[in-house]
Amino acid sequence: MPENLLEVRDLTITPAGADAPVLHDVSLSLAPGERVGLIGESGSGKSLTAQSVMGLLPDELHARGQVHLQGHSGNLLEANEKTLAGLRSDIVSMVFQEPMSALNPLMRIGDQIAEVLRLHGKASRGQIPTRVRELLRDVHMPDPDSARFAYPHQLSGGQRQRVMLAIALANSPRLLICDEPTTALDVTVQKHMLDLIAERVSAVEAGLLFITHDLAVVAGVCDRVIVMYRGRIVETGSVDEIFTAPKHEYTRGLLASSDLEATDDRGRLFTLKTALAYTGPQIGEAEASVDVGEPGDLRDEPQISTRPDHTGTSVAGSTDEDSVRTASAGGGVRGASVRDDHRTPSVRESVPLIEVSDVTRIFRGRGLFGRRRSDVTALGGIDFSVAAGARLGIVGESGSGKSTLLNILSGLDRPTTGRVRVGDIRVEAASSQALRRLRENLQIVFQDPFASLDPRMRIADIVAEPLIAAGVDKGERAARVEEMIAAVDLDADSLRRYPHQFSGGQRQRISIARALVTRPQILVADEPVSALDVSVRAQVLNLLTDLVDEYALTLLFVSHDLGVVKHLCSEVIVMRAGRIVESGATEDIYANPQEEYTRRLIAATPSLAEALAG
Amino acid sequence: MNTTPTGAQSPRDHVDLVAHDATASAKIGPARSRRSGRRANASMIIGAGLVVLIVGLALISFVWTPYDPTTIDPAARLQGGSLTHPFGTDTFGRDTLTWVMVGARITLLVGVVAVGIALLIGTPIGIISAFFAKQPWGMWIDAVIMRANDILLAFPALLLAMLFAAVYSPGTGPAMVAVGIAAIPGFARVARSGTLQVLGSEYVRAARASNRRIPAIAVVHVLPNIAGMVIVQASVAFAISVLAEAGLSFLGLGTQAPTPSWGRMLQESQQYLSTHPELALWPGVFIALAVLGFNLLGDGLRDRVDPKMEARGA
Repeated sequence: MPENLLEVRDLTITPAGADAPVLHDVSLSLAPGERVGLIGESGSGKSLTAQSVMGLLPDELHARGQVHLQGHSGNLLEANEKTLAGLRSDIVSMVFQEPMSALNPLMRIGDQIAEVLRLHGKASRGQIPTRVRELLRDVHMPDPDSARFAYPHQLSGGQRQRVMLAIALANSPRLLICDEPTTALDVTVQKHMLDLIAERVSAVEAGLLFITHDLAVVAGVCDRVIVMYRGRIVETGSVDEIFTAPKHEYTRGLLASSDLEATDDRGRLFTLKTALAYTGPQIGEAEASVDVGEPGDLRDEPQISTRPDHTGTSVAGSTDEDSVRTASAGGGVRGASVRDDHRTPSVRESVPLIEVSDVTRIFRGRGLFGRRRSDVTALGGIDFSVAAGARLGIVGESGSGKSTLLNILSGLDRPTTGRVRVGDIRVEAASSQALRRLRENLQIVFQDPFASLDPRMRIADIVAEPLIAAGVDKGERAARVEEMIAAVDLDADSLRRYPHQFSGGQRQRISIARALVTRPQILVADEPVSALDVSVRAQVLNLLTDLVDEYALTLLFVSHDLGVVKHLCSEVIVMRAGRIVESGATEDIYANPQEEYTRRLIAATPSLAEALAG
Repeated sequence: MNTTPTGAQSPRDHVDLVAHDATASAKIGPARSRRSGRRANASMIIGAGLVVLIVGLALISFVWTPYDPTTIDPAARLQGGSLTHPFGTDTFGRDTLTWVMVGARITLLVGVVAVGIALLIGTPIGIISAFFAKQPWGMWIDAVIMRANDILLAFPALLLAMLFAAVYSPGTGPAMVAVGIAAIPGFARVARSGTLQVLGSEYVRAARASNRRIPAIAVVHVLPNIAGMVIVQASVAFAISVLAEAGLSFLGLGTQAPTPSWGRMLQESQQYLSTHPELALWPGVFIALAVLGFNLLGDGLRDRVDPKMEARGA
């Protein structure tokens, strides 16, 4: 039997003081040069498995079992720190999830790479600078000759992750462990990073253990997939097997909830619970939608088509824009590219709920000691409008100005120039009284479920906060909070707990409850699912869909992930560097993107079907 | 990454999909609070022990002391340690142990009042300043407040106390106020930086987006979240004011005769330093113990409070 590169047998990890292990009898093996994906959600034990291979387990965790690595005789779990230090980087190395904190902020990146080379003495002192340049070139850093003098803060997230990869591969290890290396990155950057990892791993003929919660990511990179659930391995198989014929119900659920293109009969995404009805990725369909039309075949159909029927049919509220809700093509998105399109006057022209015209936001640069630095233009002339009841997606990479736009819309920030109208409120010139009225009507769900809830407050107080501000009395407050908590599928029990006792998905539900407790007309969601696991993502998206229908909300959904937007929104705005690149009905944009940037964005969105087809 | 998985509490032989994330009902456990909540550290235990010792001495002195602190007994003057006078007696024959016990009262009183003044004035100043700093139009107000704060910081407590002693008569009251005022800048700075951090958080953005007014945000969100840092600052400031009081009394600018005070004991022992060093030893030891105690307590609290704000037990 050929010796395996990595052999883990009966690995069981128990936290100090706990009776139940968090990892149960995990066994896995990796042949030399094999690429294996380790899939599971937060808390499933996938990172623990990787950490025990690296000997990086926290002291409070007790590991039992066997970990063997080719080139080292004996159990790694029993090896001392010195042995492990020799193995790390030489034989096994690791790329971490968070590129922002994995590099030393005070060291030039060239020095950080050189340090690894020097410590392991594989390159002689004189060769180190050459080798550093080589490594940086290998990971496709722009301008590798000068890049080594850069400090981490001068690099983008994607570039830092490249540096991490360069460090990990510096001593040509035989096994590379990547722990969610792309989770913190934008979609387009993620795509490049995945390609790069695959390329480098095959170039140095290393084995790869790729940890992620996202099946779509793993498909393009790995040969074999191991699925973990609650500290156990539930299924192992080749990518094809896992994706086309998952045996375990959890794998099936994971697969179903990763697929943003498949919905059940109610038009909802599949979740772990409803996965039984899932039939697998629709390869043909996805190809059609991903296949980008020739630039020449410009469509002559109107850019704003009738909206898919799931908008517009929502229960009408008591607002004066009722008429708009039933209009099939009212308002819509009027971005730069659709400004002058000729819509038939027969379509009922009504006043859109939100109107943004010519908005710019410039941040004045202030250097140390008040010296002027160059100004940063966060928004450079944004125009669009949203009809009541519409679901608008705002898409762009980080730094494209999405969040600034949201801040301006919600009155948290003021535009430098331009006009913003929400309902009858002129936001840019609003008095504090008008802003209060605006905020009663417009609520936000924030991106980071771990930062958006005050750690010192009970859930009941967190959800009640907007009601206090609105002057609702105590008894009614409690009743409405309870009702809302039930509406987001949380137990009444949760009310007395603190945020840290909840998982990310549960916290995001609490966020949603807080946003909707005052019954706003408009819900603004700022990347509400980008920090969540795939399996939880589907649940939260479904909840949003349900609530948007139930409360007849106008939804502004900000995301860097076109797949999510495509599922949820009827219209979309694509933003880049503070400008609207393209806008229109989601279906149109998806099927027929006009701009190169949009095309790239679509192509970069990981999709199960595409990954399998390719 | 959350490595305290929910699965830990519910060992199951088969995978239970239904109770996954969809309901919060299952497994919201004490997993985290159990791990990080109850980790006592050595410096905190020692610090707390010393503080309890000092406070205990002061409390006992109200109900019982070996001798009356003000009774003069010329026959027993300048004795060394013995069974009747464990710490010896001073030049008037007063029992040193009694004086150490009663002196602890003044030390603690000065600490509490001075820290109280500094905390009650400094913390709001810091919070208000931070709120101004976040407004584009209020940045100069923040700058003015903080620079005034810096000026105060540059002003030694001793100088302030001398000023107070010159204007009013020297005594415990002016000394406490002077020490308290001198400690204001520390609290203002800590409160300001903590507030800025809290104000930059998403939960404050969420509170603003849901129409909470600034005073409400300050009370509901900022105060509970900076409380830990302020408490740490308080314990360190307490140590400093113990030292300051002793110094001021030593110089005759603080507690006046006949009230027992550690600083005055040091001063009176000065002329006997070569013949009866134990007279200076005992008050010195207790000043050192008090300062050490509060500093260690502060360090311990910092370790516990600062890094894991989320580790609040349920």
